[in-house]
Order: sequence, then structure tokens, then C-alpha cells
Amino acid sequence: MLEAQGLRKAYGERVAVAGVSLSARAGEVLGLLGPNGAGKSTTVGMIAGLTNPDAGSVTVGGSTLAADEFGYKRRIGLVPQDLALFEDLPALANIELFGALYDLPKATLKKRAMAVLEMVGLADRARDQPATFSGGMKRRLNIACALVHDPDVLLLDEPTAGVDPQSRNAIFDNLEALKRAGKALVYTTHYMEEAERLADRIVIIDHGKVVASGTLAELLRVLPAAQTLAIDIEGTPELAALHRIEGVKQVAFEAGTLTIGLDDLTRSASAVLQAVAASGVAVRHLSSGRANLEDVFLALTGRQLRD
Amino acid sequence: MNAFIALLRKDLVLYFSNRRSVIMSIAAPILIAAFFGSLFGGSGNKPANIPVAITDLDHSELSAKVVAAMRADSALDVSVASEADGLAQVKAGKLRASVTLPAGFGAKAGNALFGGADKPQIVLNYDPSQSMVLPLVRGLLTQHVMQVVSQAAFGGATSAPSAGPAFGVPFSTREIEAGSQPETRYNSYAHSFAGMGVQFILLMGVDMAVGLLLMRRLGLWKRLRAAPLSRSKLLGSRIASTALIALIVFAVIYAVAFAFFKVRIEGSVLGFVAVLVASALLTASFGLLIAALGKTPEATRGLAILATLLLVMLGGAWVPSFIFPAWLQTASLFVPTRWAIDGLDAMTWRGLPMEAALMPVVVLLGFAAAFTALAIARFQWEE
Repeated sequence: MLEAQGLRKAYGERVAVAGVSLSARAGEVLGLLGPNGAGKSTTVGMIAGLTNPDAGSVTVGGSTLAADEFGYKRRIGLVPQDLALFEDLPALANIELFGALYDLPKATLKKRAMAVLEMVGLADRARDQPATFSGGMKRRLNIACALVHDPDVLLLDEPTAGVDPQSRNAIFDNLEALKRAGKALVYTTHYMEEAERLADRIVIIDHGKVVASGTLAELLRVLPAAQTLAIDIEGTPELAALHRIEGVKQVAFEAGTLTIGLDDLTRSASAVLQAVAASGVAVRHLSSGRANLEDVFLALTGRQLRD
Repeated sequence: MNAFIALLRKDLVLYFSNRRSVIMSIAAPILIAAFFGSLFGGSGNKPANIPVAITDLDHSELSAKVVAAMRADSALDVSVASEADGLAQVKAGKLRASVTLPAGFGAKAGNALFGGADKPQIVLNYDPSQSMVLPLVRGLLTQHVMQVVSQAAFGGATSAPSAGPAFGVPFSTREIEAGSQPETRYNSYAHSFAGMGVQFILLMGVDMAVGLLLMRRLGLWKRLRAAPLSRSKLLGSRIASTALIALIVFAVIYAVAFAFFKVRIEGSVLGFVAVLVASALLTASFGLLIAALGKTPEATRGLAILATLLLVMLGGAWVPSFIFPAWLQTASLFVPTRWAIDGLDAMTWRGLPMEAALMPVVVLLGFAAAFTALAIARFQWEE
């Protein structure tokens, strides 16, 4: 449905996006994951036709901006990172206004406006102004405005910024319903939990470049260890002894926390704990977990996702 | 005390970090003070000569000398014209006054100097919107007529008789407002409503421009740009909505002026509407230009208000343009607000026909086209 090839954008000397390629199929959520300033919004801007790429191309359902600008734009719904709403217009009027930009017939527009309001759970607030809404409700209305013209591709630029967990879950439910309805969703975020939960495939972007892409399982395979053991300690551990334990793939010690990557927790955990105890340090807390996208990003870039 | 200094320092840093705002807060009072200072004396700027027409119906040696003396006066800019032409130019606002020396002036004035009852009557038509000029023209006319008539009466003697039986001013004047209708008195509200109307619709244009910058900041512009809309539709709708609002605001302002201040369209109604429409389009294009050139809503608002105030000051909305120095009067012809106000004056109290609205309308539309072209050229389309 959406195919972007070799997108590049520079502002003077600064290269914001350096050859990003990605694709999203119908009924699929593509997560675009990266820290702030990685180039996610610029990539979305180029796909939406807001920013002219210096190089590269985008097709949506076979249409390109150059060949059929309006046809291309009709297939896309953009949910900007900002709350792009007229706060003094009622919710329904906001949706109808944005629907009118797509030349929907009046009857269709009315029907679609109410349908998307219902979908995001705001039908009972149709006549209220967004100025009276909570942050989460505004975010849902922000999404509804992008859906009124029934686009094939939905570009969501950090759509849950600043919302409470309950509203976030409501938004996720909406997006999953859209996915089931066959829409292609491109979801930019710097929250790895969101990408893990929603995305069928994930593109990790950093400094304007794609550093990895694939399903969650595929991405986790780049890590040396599938599971981790985190031990808060007092004192300095003997790292060399830990490295020698069978099944230990990775050892790091930072800010009092010893993080050990393991192939199999059951097989290696007891040996690790014995080695820690033997080094004479005091254990304050112990936890285990499976590897996640944060670890993938750290392994690929040497930095935390939220740096 | 540390907290106090920290708070104080924070305010100073924030204030001076917004360079445009700092420049605005310093430049605005300087420019406005310089403007008013130059109007009211300033540092020795020569005030503009008062443009006056003179008509000599007497064609005598005495009347010719009066005309010559008037023309030699550095305070006046005298042109010789027919009585009808002089009056028409005063009505059109091109001249401040016209003076007509009647037939028989030379013969009667000499006798009248010594108390003769049959004083010649000089007709003085004046622009009622600039009535401050009247005493000055009257005084200079009296001075020159007295000098010429005295010299003639005393045969060029260097000293006049020490006393006379009944010396008097050797003429009388008939002062007539050069308004649209002889029976209609000038209504100063007509000019002030034109000036303030133009000023406040321009300020509305500034608000619309700032609104567009806010839309950009809020991401609404992204949403509009993502829709299948041409650039001409996006900007054209903005121009149309601003112009329409400006027109409605202007219409309401004039409705109040008509209802409560006895302002009337004494000239062409069509011309009046045409000037209003052209002014509204000028406002819309001015707003678009501000939005195209502006960076942030805050800084843009300050600079745009300053630009608006300068435009309306130069346009003669606050003080009549005739008291401007000569160079400024010439410069103000390049200011669109001057044409808007002159056009509205022409169609209201001056009572001029449609033709008098054509030039203001053409100039206003020309400025609107230029502003729009510049705005389109400078508009930032990319996000």
C-alpha cells in the first residue's frame, strides 16, 4: 500500500533523513521507532507531501505525489504530533471541516463525521468544543479528523504524546480496529512499549538512517541474549568471572546495577548468583526480564532510546 | 536575595532574547515621536506651502499686483485658474482654497481704503476638512491687498499719512465651504470614520496574519497542507475570508456613522462601495504578506502593528496630510492608506463622482496585487 524508497532531506549542512526506505501493507501497522530528533517526523512529512524530499520517492496504492498529487493525498490521513484542532469549533464541526477539504458529498460527510466520532468514543461530545476536552479526548479527536475521508494509509506522528494510560489504551483499541479494517498504519513513536504492542513490523531509525527493521522477533535476534538478569549491588563485582559462566552472553555494570544477558535463565541464573556472592558484594535487588527494543536500540547504536 | 536576582535575571534574559520584540519596543516610540515631531515643527523642517488657486476677474493693474504678491508669498503655492476650476480643485481636495478677485476690484478697493461704502467682495472657497488653513489664507490675502492698495493710493510714497479720517480694510470676503452641496455643512466625522475604519480593518488584517502563524504553530497548517488542496485555494480562501470580514467590519462602522453621526455618501454610492472593497482586499493582502514574512506570532504581531500605525499615520488618518512637510506629502502618495482615506472622503463628504474613486481603487488594487505577489513569493510552504 505504501512504499517509500531512499528518502533524503537535508537542511543546509544538517542531514535530517539520509536514505530511509520503508513499506506498509494493508492491514498492517508499521512502527517507526527512534529517539527524538531521529528524523521520524521529517520522514512522515515527506510521505504526507508536506516536505519535498531531496531524493527518493513514495507511492501510495500506486499513486505518486508528482503524477497525481490530489489522488495521492486522498489516500492518506495525517495525524500530526500537535493537537491540530480548532479549539473554538465543536468537535463535530472540526471533523466536518477537515472532511470538506476532501470534497466529500454533504450527506457522506455528515455520516462519516458521526461514524468516526463514535469510533473514537466522542459521539456524546459532538457539540462540545475541544477546549473543554481532556488531553486524551483531544488526542482521539485529532485521530478522528484524519479518518473522516476514509484514507487507505494513516500516518500517526506520536499520537499518544502526553496522554494518560487509559486514553492510550483507548487509542490503541481504535488503531487495532483500523488495522482489522484493512488500513495501513505508520506509527511513529519513541516509546518502545507502544511499538512492541502495536506494530507488526518495526523500523528503527537513528540520526536519519534506518538502523534495523523487521518483526519484533527478528529484531530481538540481533541481540546476543534473549533474557536479562538485573542485580542491584553494593560494591564492585568481578566481571571477568561472570563472563566465564556458560550461557552468559553479555555483562554490563552501570550505576550500581549489574546487567547480564543470558541465553537461558533456568540454566545460568544460579551460577551467576553464586559468582556474584563469591565476589563479596551485597545484593540489594534482583529482577529478570526478556530483551526488548530498548536493548535492540542500545545494541545497535550504543545509546539509550530515550537519550 | 539570590532568588530575587535569579527571577530578575530570568526576566531580563527572556526579554532581550526576543530580538524582534526588543527592536519593536525601541523602534516604535522613536518612529512615532519622530513622525509627530516633524509634523509640528521638528528641527526646522519647512512646512509645506499651502496650495491655493487665484482667479482675477478684474484684470486691472491693481488686481494683477495682488495676484503677483500672492504668488511671491513663500507660504503659499498659488496657481492661476478659472473660478470654476479653482472651486473644483478645492472640492477634490487638491487645493486648500481658491480666491476670486471680482470685476471692479481695482476701482472699488482704492475708495474703500478711505471708508468708501462699496467694498469689493473677494470670494474665498475653502476645504472644510482643513479649515485650519482658512485664517492663514485670509490673513495673507488681507496683508497683500492692503499693501498693494495702500501703495497705489499713496502713489508709491514711502510714508503714509499719519492719520486718516476712516481707514479700513478695502474689501470684504465671502467665505464658502467647498463641500458637495452648498447647503450641506462639512461633517468632520466623515473623515475620522474613514481614517479609523481603515486603521482598524488593517489591525484586523494583522490579527488574521497572526492567526495563520498560530495555525502553523499548532499543526493545523500541516493538516491543511496534507489535504488535496492547491496552494491558490489555500491562500485564496484566506484572502477571501479576510477581505469579507474586513468588508463587513467596514460596513458596520459606516452604518453606525450613517445612523448616529450624520455621515452621508454625497458622491457615488458605487464609488464608495468600490473603495471599500478595494480597501478590504488591501487588508487581506497586507495580512497575507505579514503571515508570509513573520516568524513567530508574538514578534510578528508587534512589528505588524507598528507597520500598520505608520501606514495610517502617513495616510492622514490621525492628522490631516496637509500639515505634513512637503516631502512627506509626496511620500504619502506611495502609501495605500492615503488613497483609501482620500477615496472615502471623495465619495462621502466631498460628494465627488465615480471618476474620483477610480484612481484610489486602482492604486489600492495595485498595492493588494503587489502585496499578494510578494507574499506568495515569500510564503513558507515546507514544514
